[in-house]
Amino acid sequence: MRPINARIIDIVNETPTIRTFFFDTELKSENIGQFAMVWVRGIDEIPMALSYNNAITVQKVGEATSALFDLNIDDSIGLRGPYGTGFTLPENNKKKSEVLIIAGGVGAAPLAPLAEKMSGNQGTNIKVTTILGARTESELLFESRFNNSGMLHITTDDGSCARCGFVTDVLSELDLDQYDMIYICGPEIMMSCIFDILQSKQCLHKTEFSLHRYFKCAIGVCGACCIDEEGLRVCKDGPVFRGTRLQNSELGKYKRDSSGTIVPCY
Amino acid sequence: MINITGLKLKNPTILAAGIMGTTGASLIRISKCGAGALVTKSIGISQKEGHKNPTMIQLESGGYINAMGLPNPSYHNFKAEIEKVEQNTDTPVIVSIFGGTASEFVEIATQLLKNTEKGVIDAFELNVSCPHAEGYGSMIGCDPGAVGTITAAVKDVVDVPVWVKLTPNVTDIVPIGRSAQENGADAIVAINTVKGMAIDISSGYPILGNRFGGLSGPPVKPIAIKCIYDLYAALDIPIIGAGGVSCWEDAVEMMMAGASGVQIGSAVYDDINIFSTVSKGIDQFITENDTYTKIEDIIGIAHTKL
Ligand SMILES: Cc1cc2nc3c(=O)[nH]c(=O)nc-3n(C[C@H](O)[C@H](O)[C@H](O)COP(=O)(O)OP(=O)(O)OC[C@H]3O[C@@H](n4cnc5c(N)ncnc54)[C@H](O)[C@@H]3O)c2cc1C
Ligand SMILES: Cc1cc2nc3c(=O)[nH]c(=O)nc-3n(C[C@H](O)[C@H](O)[C@H](O)COP(=O)(O)O)c2cc1C
Repeated sequence: MRPINARIIDIVNETPTIRTFFFDTELKSENIGQFAMVWVRGIDEIPMALSYNNAITVQKVGEATSALFDLNIDDSIGLRGPYGTGFTLPENNKKKSEVLIIAGGVGAAPLAPLAEKMSGNQGTNIKVTTILGARTESELLFESRFNNSGMLHITTDDGSCARCGFVTDVLSELDLDQYDMIYICGPEIMMSCIFDILQSKQCLHKTEFSLHRYFKCAIGVCGACCIDEEGLRVCKDGPVFRGTRLQNSELGKYKRDSSGTIVPCY
Repeated sequence: MINITGLKLKNPTILAAGIMGTTGASLIRISKCGAGALVTKSIGISQKEGHKNPTMIQLESGGYINAMGLPNPSYHNFKAEIEKVEQNTDTPVIVSIFGGTASEFVEIATQLLKNTEKGVIDAFELNVSCPHAEGYGSMIGCDPGAVGTITAAVKDVVDVPVWVKLTPNVTDIVPIGRSAQENGADAIVAINTVKGMAIDISSGYPILGNRFGGLSGPPVKPIAIKCIYDLYAALDIPIIGAGGVSCWEDAVEMMMAGASGVQIGSAVYDDINIFSTVSKGIDQFITENDTYTKIEDIIGIAHTKL
């Protein structure tokens, strides 16, 4: 598809570095966790999770995200998508399921709509617990969306809010047997630590991780975002992967930059 | 088994350059998806990030337009990726290389051969045909003299087959193919993408970061068929087809025009197992058709009609 024109109808300052942009158009997403390619005309096109049906939530980190921050209501951008895989809900064969969501930083963007969908799901009765982490209190993203969806544990690196430490500190204390599914998105170092914990507790089969790599075509053709050792395309086979598919992968070890050169992943 | 320039292919489908070809792991994956041979991403002298996104979009015609800008990690960093393929598959690997001058092509080819064990690189494909990287590729590829010089220079220093990949963005592709053949090319690959452009009507902006790029996918197939037909008629070396193949019927058609093997690129979008689907389809076509006993029987058959 060509990029469709999306006009900004509202901008919400979520944290000092993160903003949500609402558009006048929706990308018909079949699954929460899919992403859009966001074209800031004349600058670049970058992948972003859908944080609402018609919104993206952006952390300012470089050229394209800064250009997005310079836009105002009524400005427009181009959107392609939704692309890639989304999260799978717990199997429907049980009366009551419990899920755990672990979100770090802007990684909360695809997970907040997931928490809302599961908690609001009539009939299925899914109990949602979230561990939400951020550097500092003011950087906590979507605290109330998670809070309204179930139980919420918060950690901050500097102790400015709730528990001082990392999401992994809370994770290590939970009895993981009670969860039917565990969903994770955040900085690579966080996901890698969580992966190791969940692997040692033999839980990987019921986990889903949302990965990021440098995307070019974003439609599974060029191969820029392929990860070792299976050559999985993060843009098409992912970005959401079952934990078991990531065993012996490059997650937490290295990544490739836009030239394809291997570089550190954090 | 199909023999193309001494390489032994399980079947005539070949992964086209620039598709899933940047990492050893993705090349191995495509081999498992049934490709008879693998062409890598085009590799250059130094690291290149490529153009800004958007770098590729699918068009409403069913085609694709791309301007990747030859992103690559440099031949130095690419060595480990191709070594991994050699260690994990028997599928022949053809390393696609590009440069601005004959001496750049020579440096990449000699250094790669010198620094890898024998057998890691089964052939080189010279990309003299990329339509959208300034100073590289199709600028050179439009000039029979330049193509000849580069082909001769690389042939001079390597002991593996050299395939030369041509651009369709010329008035007549035959003189360029002939110049490659006269200078020692072992095979011709045709075609690279067709120059094109797409504009976003909501804003007036060209969509690709590079403004223009190359068209691939089903809409370019008739252009590829004609180029292959003409090259087959004029040359003695094998022609390897590329451009718009997305099913076994397309592959058979291309072989009837004169292709000894068929490269597949964009069609990976719909089905990463396209290689085994197409090769099974070709096999079945040959088996069910009394006129043919082996795949080679259909190569260039269109030239015997009319
Ligand atoms: C599937 C997916 C979903 C994402 N969802 C979100 C989200 O919801 N919110 C959010 O704030 N960020 C998200 N990101 C990260 C976001 O794409 C990058 O922060 C953004 O591309 C940075 O662009 P820039 O020009 O501002 O930064 P630059 O200065 O260009 O680069 C900074 C870093 O951003 C990353 N980056 C740059 N371009 C790309 C690209 N084309 N593809 C992937 N990474 C790139 C690279 O790691 C780079 O080192 C997501 C990434 C992926 C892969
Ligand atoms: C995303 C993309 C990247 C490409 N990169 C290269 C490249 O690096 N070198 C090259 O010689 N051809 C490259 N090509 C051209 C293809 O190898 C092939 O010649 C062309 O796409 C036509 O085949 P298709 O219709 O099957 O895709 C690229 C094509 C695409 C779509």
